[in-house]
Amino acid sequence: MDRLPPQPSVLSVAATRPGARKISAHQPLRFWLLLMQALLTCLLCAFLIVPMVMSILAGLTVNYFRGLASGLTLRWIEAVLGTYSDSVLASLYVAAATLAIVLATGMPAGYALARSPTRLARLIEEMLVLPIALPGLASALAILAVYGSFSGFRNSLWFIVVGHVVFTLPFMVRSVAAICASVDLRTLEEGAASLGASFCQRCYTVVLPNAWPGVLAGALTVVTLSLGEFNLTWMLHTPDTKTLPVGLADAYASMRIEIGSAYTIIFFAITMPLLIVMQMLGVDPGGNLQRKPARTARRDVGLPPLASNSNPTVDTPGNDKRATNPTAQDPLR
Amino acid sequence: MHDLTFPLRWRVVLLTPALAFFACFWLLPIARLMQISGDGHVVSTYLSVLTNRRYLDSLLATVALSVAVTLCTLLWSVMVGLFLVRHAFPGRRVLVALLTFPLAFPGVVVGFMVIMLAGRQGLIGALTLALTGDKWVFAYSMAGLFAGYLYFSIPRVIVTVMAAAGKLDPALEEAARSLGANPWQIMRDIVLPALAPALTAAAAVCFATSMGAFGTAFTLATDIDVLPMTIYTEFTLNADMVTAAVLSLLLGVVTWAVLALARNLTGQAAAAAA
Repeated sequence: MDRLPPQPSVLSVAATRPGARKISAHQPLRFWLLLMQALLTCLLCAFLIVPMVMSILAGLTVNYFRGLASGLTLRWIEAVLGTYSDSVLASLYVAAATLAIVLATGMPAGYALARSPTRLARLIEEMLVLPIALPGLASALAILAVYGSFSGFRNSLWFIVVGHVVFTLPFMVRSVAAICASVDLRTLEEGAASLGASFCQRCYTVVLPNAWPGVLAGALTVVTLSLGEFNLTWMLHTPDTKTLPVGLADAYASMRIEIGSAYTIIFFAITMPLLIVMQMLGVDPGGNLQRKPARTARRDVGLPPLASNSNPTVDTPGNDKRATNPTAQDPLR
Repeated sequence: MHDLTFPLRWRVVLLTPALAFFACFWLLPIARLMQISGDGHVVSTYLSVLTNRRYLDSLLATVALSVAVTLCTLLWSVMVGLFLVRHAFPGRRVLVALLTFPLAFPGVVVGFMVIMLAGRQGLIGALTLALTGDKWVFAYSMAGLFAGYLYFSIPRVIVTVMAAAGKLDPALEEAARSLGANPWQIMRDIVLPALAPALTAAAAVCFATSMGAFGTAFTLATDIDVLPMTIYTEFTLNADMVTAAVLSLLLGVVTWAVLALARNLTGQAAAAAA
């Protein structure tokens, strides 16, 4: 990210050549272009960042209409915690349950798909990603059409968990499959097996240590998505099963702007740490690792000589096509 | 291919949980939704929805809005993305991090951000009131929706542009410059072709997301007729499950087709570049 293109040394050489006048003729144009880019960048920063700052301030001021002069207070935050703590807790439960189910189902599936070079495996992979290629509204209507009449299930948080799992599973599968495909697991496992390691031993000493960064990236994505999911959740929720974003919509629609803002602050406070960790690890919004996974991942491999000497592909950054191919729309909207 | 360390038995065992869940809670429900949308006589149901003026208008408005958002997003993101990749200044990392935070905002929060900017007590309203004596409030209209969709589309496309632009070979541009190409020619002949696969994919995602976005429209106004809002109204207010099913499947087919098309276009290009 910090890599800069080298300064155009060619220019200084070219300046002594006959073509030099042509180049300098473009200087003003380049200057204006640069100025325009800088202005657009500032405008974009204002557009994206100012409202965030405004909503944080609004949640902390005594009276937003009168402005900051009315003083700062934590009253609105307390009011939100009093009114909506149930929905915040519900969201945390839902995210935890979703993560547990997605880990249990998606992790083995991602590994199995990456280890299977068959056409059927690619087909299954394509199919599993479908829920994020379709708008959440369609999936929610479909789930309601089949399971809406089971009232015990319908009125529990599990109904929402099911929707979230359907929606987040593809991210875990893709993330794990991409990292498993970028490491030559087959060779590593054959080495381990030739030394007598059983399937379970290989899982713990070869597969999991190698796939760990992908699992972590997938898990962070799943939790972030689940905490912010609205499209599905709004259709699936009942008055007893409100999640954080559902409460947000409720607060925006029916409460004063300070309460809505204070609730937004709470949402920021819960998701920002996750986002910061994701950015530090280099996880992009699709749940893929952008940079090379941390070195420690390889040091933990049970078979160091095999991993470091005989397998050059371990060192290449994820050149798997899946890692750079955004196949799905943004699920949060 | 025979794989000694990973027999078929284990493959089946590992894939079954995910597939079972998927079949049970997505495939089966979607099949049921298709069945409902048919309502016994498929052709006439779909025809009556597709020839209905209101639904058609809603579909066209949604497509037009999404196309406009996609074009504007691409233009703005390419300019800013290239600027951020090429120019170092203090605090750039933090700035980039801040610019990408909106990626994790739900649609409702994006809607609220637009209200903060252009709502009744918004910043733009206050500024224009002070400057021109006229208060601009456009959050609760199509323009507000446009701003909201830009708000969540731009960060994603900027991430893509920055990743792709970081891989550009600066020597190509230097060569073009030394041969006398002006900045527009460099942009047209070198930078844009190199970014094209990434931009195509990003445009498709941007379009599909805008088509299906529900939370933003829900927060801003319930009477803007974009397709997701129409589906929602049909389902909740009119309790018309058949129409809601037809429209949501239609929406799903459009977004899926656009994404699949972009993937076919860029899949080959990406493979060639790799």
